[in-house]
Amino acid sequence: MAASDALVTRRRATPTPKAGRGPRRRRGDAAYWLYLLPGAVLFALVIGGPLLFTGYLSLTRWSGIGDPTFVGLENYQRLLDDTVFWQSFRNTLAMIVAMVVVPTAVGLVLAAVLFDTIGRRFKPRTANALRAAFYLPQVLPVVVAGIVWGWILRPDGALNGLLDAVGLGALSHDWLGDPDTALPAVMGVMIWVQIGYPVVVFMAALQRVDPELYEAAEIDGAGWARRFWAITLPQIRPETFVVALTCTIAAMKVFGPIYALTRGGPENATNVPSYFAYYTFFKKLQVGYGSAISTVLTLIIVVVALLFIRAQHRAERRDGGA
Amino acid sequence: MSVTITPPKAPTAFAKPGRPARVPDRHHRGIGRWIVLAVVTAGALVMLVPFAFMLLNAFKAPGQYSTDGPLSWPSEFYTQGLRTYWTRVDFPQKLWNSTLIAGSVAVLAVAVSLLNAYALGIGRVRGRLWIVGAFLLANMLPQESLVYPLYYFAKEAGLYNTRLVVIIIFTVIQSAFGTYLLASVLGTFPKSLLEAAALDGAGKWTILWRVVLPNVRPTLAVLLVFFFIWTWNEFLIPLVMLIDNQTQTIPVALASLQGDRLMDAPTTNAGALISLVPAIVFFLIFQRTLSRGITVGAEK
Repeated sequence: MAASDALVTRRRATPTPKAGRGPRRRRGDAAYWLYLLPGAVLFALVIGGPLLFTGYLSLTRWSGIGDPTFVGLENYQRLLDDTVFWQSFRNTLAMIVAMVVVPTAVGLVLAAVLFDTIGRRFKPRTANALRAAFYLPQVLPVVVAGIVWGWILRPDGALNGLLDAVGLGALSHDWLGDPDTALPAVMGVMIWVQIGYPVVVFMAALQRVDPELYEAAEIDGAGWARRFWAITLPQIRPETFVVALTCTIAAMKVFGPIYALTRGGPENATNVPSYFAYYTFFKKLQVGYGSAISTVLTLIIVVVALLFIRAQHRAERRDGGA
Repeated sequence: MSVTITPPKAPTAFAKPGRPARVPDRHHRGIGRWIVLAVVTAGALVMLVPFAFMLLNAFKAPGQYSTDGPLSWPSEFYTQGLRTYWTRVDFPQKLWNSTLIAGSVAVLAVAVSLLNAYALGIGRVRGRLWIVGAFLLANMLPQESLVYPLYYFAKEAGLYNTRLVVIIIFTVIQSAFGTYLLASVLGTFPKSLLEAAALDGAGKWTILWRVVLPNVRPTLAVLLVFFFIWTWNEFLIPLVMLIDNQTQTIPVALASLQGDRLMDAPTTNAGALISLVPAIVFFLIFQRTLSRGITVGAEK
C-alpha cells in the first residue's frame, strides 16, 4: 500500500487524462461505463446472443441449413415422451452422487484427517504429499483421464488383468460395455477424478480455523468425532457450500468424460443431458430438439444454483442471528 | 476405491476419543495415528494406481501386452507407441495450438476481467448487482446452450476451424468468472488509496494502471493460472470448432484418435502419458500460486 502511495505521488508531475478530477463522488460515475464496454460487447456476442438464439431455436425445427421452421412447443412435448431424455436426467442424479455427494463427504473426512491428525501428529510435509496424491487426477485434462480409464476398464484392460492376478478372474467383465455395470464404472471414474478438489479446498479452509478451538476441545476431552462435528464442519461450512454448488453444476454439465468413456452407451445407460444435446445437434442434426434439451438443462441448472445460493444466505443469516 | 470411502465415523476408532490431552503431544499418541496414516496412504496409493498402469503399459510392446497382459513388467523399452502417437497427431503442433489458445485466453480474460471489475467494484456503476449476477450466471451455463449458435455464427463469419474463435469464446467464458471474483475483491479496495490518487490528479486510467493493478497483482496471477489450466482442459467447444490437424488441441486430438485401429494399448497409454506431461509440468511450476488461489476461490 505504502509503495503505491509513493508511486502515485511520483506520478503527480506527469500529465494525466482529464477525467476524474479531484475527490468527487464516485458513485454512478458515467465514465466507468467505458471500462465495461469491451466486456459487455464480448458478453453479448458470445453469451447473451447465443443463449437467446438457442432459446428461439428450441421453438423451431431446423437441420442447420436453410431457415428454421417455427413449431411452438412441439420440441418440449416431444421431450416429455422421450425415454432417452428421462434416462439422461436420471443419470445426472448418479453423476451428482459420484461428483458431489461422495467427494464432498469423503473430502470432509479426508481433509480433517489430513489436517487434524496427520498434519499435526506427523510432519506437515506428509500431509502435503498425501494431499498432492489425491489432487493429481484433478490436474490432468479430464478427457485424458477418460481415455486412460476407458482402457483400464476394457475387457483386456488393466482392471481385469488385476482381478486375474489376485485370483478373482471370475469377476472379469466388460465394465463399460455392459449396461448394468457401465454407469457404476463411470461413477467410480468420476469419484476418482473429483475427490481431490474438495480435499484441497477444505484443507485450505481449515487453515483459517483458529487452532485454539481444537486445543480447547481436546483439553475438554473431545475426541476426533466430536471435534469433527462441533468444530470442523461448522467452521468450514462456507467452503462446503461453494464446493457443493460448483460440483453440482459441474455434474449437471458433465460431457468430456462421458464422451471419452462411453459416448452415452451402451443403450443410453450412461447418457447425460449434455451428451444427449451434443449428439442431437451434431450427429442427428436436429438443432431445434437439441436446443430444447439444452434450454431445459440450463433452466434446471439456474434453478438449482439459485436454491443453493438462497440456502447459503439463510444459513449465514441464521448464524448472524445466533 | 473402497479404501478412500471411509464412512464419517470410522476414524473415531483410531483417534482414542475421550482421552484428555493437555498439549498436543507428538511423541506419545500411541499406535492410532499410525493406523490412520496407513489407511490414508493406502487411499492415496489407490489414487495413483491408474498412473502406474499408464506408465507400465506405455512402453510395452503390443505383442507382450496381448500375451502377458497389462500387469506384466515390460521386457523391452518399447517406444514405437509413443512415436506412432507423436507423428500421427503431429504432437508439437497440438502442443503449440493448446499453448497458444490457453495462453492467449489467460492473458485476455484477465485483462477483460480487470476492466469489468474496475467499473463494477470501484466505479460502482448503476445496476452493478444485476451485472455481476449476469456474469455469475454466465459462468454456470452449460456450454451446450451456446454451442450451436456459436458454431453457426463462426461458420457464417468464416472463423470456423480457427484458433481465434476458440480464443474469443473462452476469453468471454473465463472472464465471466474473473469479473465475478475480481469485482468482489475490488469492492473492498481501500478508499484512501483511490482518493489520494485522485487528489494527486490521477485520472481513472492512471488509477487503474498505477494504483489498482499493482495491488491486485497476486489475485490476477491466480486467475491467469486458473484460466490457462481451465482452457487447456476444455473439450466441447474445441471439439466442435476445431476439425483439422492444424488447429486441434491436445485433448481433442487424443479423443479423436480413440477407437482408431492404430491405437493399441501401448499407443493409447503413451499418448495419454505425453498428453498429461504439459499439465503436470504447469501444475508443478504454479503449485504455490494455485494453493493460494484455491483459498481465494473458496472465499468468494
